[in-house]
Amino acid sequence: MKQMITARLQNSWDLRAAANFIGGGTGTGLVVASGLGWLLGLDVTLPLLAGLAFIGLGLSMVWLEIGKPWRALHVFFHPQTSWMTREGILAAPLMAAGAGFWWFGHPALLAVAVFFSVGFIYCQARILRAAKAIPAWSHIRTVPLIMMTAAAEGTGLFLVLGEPAPMMVSAALAMAMAREAAREAYRLALKRDKAPEGTLEWFVRPEVRVLQAIRWVSMVLLLVGAFGSAPAAMAGGLLAALTGWGLKVVMVTKAAFNRGARVPRTPVRGRDSSRIVQPR
Amino acid sequence: MTRYVMVADLRRCVGCQTCTAACKENNGTPVGVQWRRVLDIEAGEYPDVSRVFLPTGCNHCDKPPCMEVCPSTATGKRADGLVTIDYDLCIGCSYCIMACPYDARFKVEDLAYSYGEANAADQARSNPAEFDGVVSKCTFCIDRIDAGLAKGLVPGRDMEATPACVQGCISGALRFGDLHDPNSDVSQLIKNNKYFRQHEEEGTGPGFYYLWDKGAP
Repeated sequence: MKQMITARLQNSWDLRAAANFIGGGTGTGLVVASGLGWLLGLDVTLPLLAGLAFIGLGLSMVWLEIGKPWRALHVFFHPQTSWMTREGILAAPLMAAGAGFWWFGHPALLAVAVFFSVGFIYCQARILRAAKAIPAWSHIRTVPLIMMTAAAEGTGLFLVLGEPAPMMVSAALAMAMAREAAREAYRLALKRDKAPEGTLEWFVRPEVRVLQAIRWVSMVLLLVGAFGSAPAAMAGGLLAALTGWGLKVVMVTKAAFNRGARVPRTPVRGRDSSRIVQPR
Repeated sequence: MTRYVMVADLRRCVGCQTCTAACKENNGTPVGVQWRRVLDIEAGEYPDVSRVFLPTGCNHCDKPPCMEVCPSTATGKRADGLVTIDYDLCIGCSYCIMACPYDARFKVEDLAYSYGEANAADQARSNPAEFDGVVSKCTFCIDRIDAGLAKGLVPGRDMEATPACVQGCISGALRFGDLHDPNSDVSQLIKNNKYFRQHEEEGTGPGFYYLWDKGAP
């Protein structure tokens, strides 16, 4: 026999929490893309500063969500095991190095900012991975999905805020394709590992299918852009970023069903015998 | 070394929710916060249907995932296995809620009691301000345990030193005690009955045992 559904949608993290993952993903992606752009000799001032602003805005949204905002510094108390603490710790040197590069122009500072950006987004991915209550987050495939989404958003938005140089367009296209692959691997893994029905249903909802279609459109536009059309590249890059935001809103606020209670055996009462109960 | 655990005999539980009321009465938790709950779970399809009453709450895990993720160190663990929350350290980020596979944690967004603001009776049970904006969960009635131990009582055997839900249980379905004491009720029940624990595959080492039949596990 099969058990009734007991999983429920988490309601503790809302759009403000999703905004942190959006800001962190797009921001770190922009910083890394700025590193690549600098190597190509492009002006990276605006994308870099925008990246830092995105990260800062994301963290500000978390500050608005916590119940005791004036105790926010307590977030730094547990670097031994908490990925949230580690995320917070990395934010300061990341911001300092990024701002330092903007001010002094020393390339080593940009390299440091890129290094801490990768660390920051890895921490965000591990924040979700450590959330054992939510199968859609704690799955191992969450980590590459979050990393690739950040890369696709950052390289995509760089085309709008920076220069849509051919190499950058190609990088944005490659990252968008890598994100699609990571997203598909994530979806298949959740299905294989029997994630809650409420989570799996979101993959076939009309709004998510529209989001997926827009991602494909963005890749087509980036492909056109790779052949020299700057407007197509910029439009494709913008859509790549926006669809990444949509993906995170769905992931954090819509598809985040918890495990629910599980009864593997029914109790023996009177002359009745125990029966094995399968999860639904 | 002491390891306090809870045992719920599913053959005995009748879903009366007395434990939930006893918990509420003892701990004075605000509206929307229910540390001890009894879920009414159905399985199968008509006419082959089964109904199980499942007492739930914090499992006081061996390896609490809530403690691992907590950025403020508000969540801690005592040597006797009790998982605690320091309300003065908690920032109310809710990350522990996302990490707990047992849906056992509650954050108070808007502090309210049954009749609006906390009245004298509510304030006699707890300090309402403590709950505001932070996360709370079942403590296994840690204050009762500690007060009882100070008097030389044995939690699980002496009701004054035992969680209120266990004391209130009308059918003896809920039991509490030291797993490492071979003569405690919980040790004997776990030794002589088949049981399961919730989401063991997560490696949390939950301290809540559900008995479903007699016989060695």
